[in-house]
Amino acid sequence: MTSKILISKKKLEIILNRLCHQLKEKHGDFSSTILVGLQPRGTLLLDRLSKILNRQGFTNLKLGKLDTTFFRDDYRRSDTPLSANKTEMNETVEGMNVVFIDDVLFTGRSIRSALTAIDTYGRPNSIELLVLIDRRFSRHLPIQPDYLGVQIDALQGDRVRVVWSNKPDQNIVYLEKSNE
Amino acid sequence: MKKLSVSHLLGIKYLNTEDFNLIFETASQFKEVINRPIKKVPSLRDITIANLFFENSTRTKLSFELAEKRLSADIINFSASQSSVSKGETLSDTVKNILAMKVDMIILRHPNPGAAHFLSKNLNSCIINAGDGTHEHPTQALLDVYSLIEKFGNLKGKRIAIVGDIKHSRVALSNIYALKMMGAEVKLCGPKSLIPKHIECLGVTSSSDFNQVLNWCDAANILRIQNERMGTVYFPSNREYSQNFGLNLDRLKQLKKKIIILHPGPINRGVEISSDVADSNQSIILDQVQNGVAIRMAIIYLLGSKLNIKINA
Repeated sequence: MTSKILISKKKLEIILNRLCHQLKEKHGDFSSTILVGLQPRGTLLLDRLSKILNRQGFTNLKLGKLDTTFFRDDYRRSDTPLSANKTEMNETVEGMNVVFIDDVLFTGRSIRSALTAIDTYGRPNSIELLVLIDRRFSRHLPIQPDYLGVQIDALQGDRVRVVWSNKPDQNIVYLEKSNE
Repeated sequence: MKKLSVSHLLGIKYLNTEDFNLIFETASQFKEVINRPIKKVPSLRDITIANLFFENSTRTKLSFELAEKRLSADIINFSASQSSVSKGETLSDTVKNILAMKVDMIILRHPNPGAAHFLSKNLNSCIINAGDGTHEHPTQALLDVYSLIEKFGNLKGKRIAIVGDIKHSRVALSNIYALKMMGAEVKLCGPKSLIPKHIECLGVTSSSDFNQVLNWCDAANILRIQNERMGTVYFPSNREYSQNFGLNLDRLKQLKKKIIILHPGPINRGVEISSDVADSNQSIILDQVQNGVAIRMAIIYLLGSKLNIKINA
């Protein structure tokens, strides 16, 4: 397994700030918007984005963490059960504009399960998708992001690893190539 | 990722600590699900479950049925009194016929100890024991332990009393195995005639001094007197039993600490527990019922994931 830097620390900081600006452009004061991080790794991106927005004066953001395990389409298709993470949805989504936040968009199946899972909290007005990395040409379903960090081309066996640090300027994204 | 070490849930005896932790972690997520505005997940939409109840039940049957429905499984219900069992059909034949209708999982309650084991050895299906005679009631023990962990955080070193008809109680035996596995100290309490001989072999102590046991324990699981399983007289009268082993507010007030009260239901108010105690804030009886659905969802989900789907491409 060889690994190379896909997004440097400095560039990632710029991308995160840009995504926040795009969210502000579309959602204004976020009064009818709920930002939903998809478990497990989307919630880490949600933490970073909400911190940046907080610093810019958006302190009353409505945030949620959604686990989609029980809504996935691959139950009974592996030897081990799919293990769930914690869901924290304290806000109702009825009539709200929901933004799903995830780190990597690959096959689109997680997003499909999230679209079903969010319905259990009401009927949202709209749902958008924000992803940090879009792995192009690997989609199994017709799902595309509305807000995008970077688009990359990677082979099926490759792995995109987003490393979040406690220090904001130390976050970094690697592309791990399989040696086959 | 982790998986259960067993393919059937026949008893607590066959589970290990990792199984417990996995079941409890999964149940916590399902507890969140059943508190949502829409309480259903689609995981088991292609699984059919048969609830075979050869013995009367309210809570367990409703709880299993609700857990299955919350998981989107298809279900069929069966009760012995309205079936061909009364015409002389054997257990094995009844279940074989049900399985021929392409049922994936069996929830079995039966008056004979070992009925679930028998089926698991003779049939190719996933079996969940919902109580077999005086033997085990694993889902009840799991939900009791889960409810206690919610209150105490950890059961290591906690003192739990099981009070009442130990001899005829499957809840008692499953609870003993489960509580010991989680590191709790267990003391049994009841009339000597209702405490089985050699029960100390399971690593528990016993006493017939109810007040002393209440002072000793952090939580007490009060069991029902199972008149339907008693072939003979084990104590003179319900009134005398109630005076010696009935939990009432006066007894609780005399204690120096607040203890947690559990009861697996159904309650005989005024016999083993008084109404004011059953409805008090020390009682977690209704928490047990709510946790029961989450625990059963977790068990069905985890065992169901072992039924690997076979779709011919």
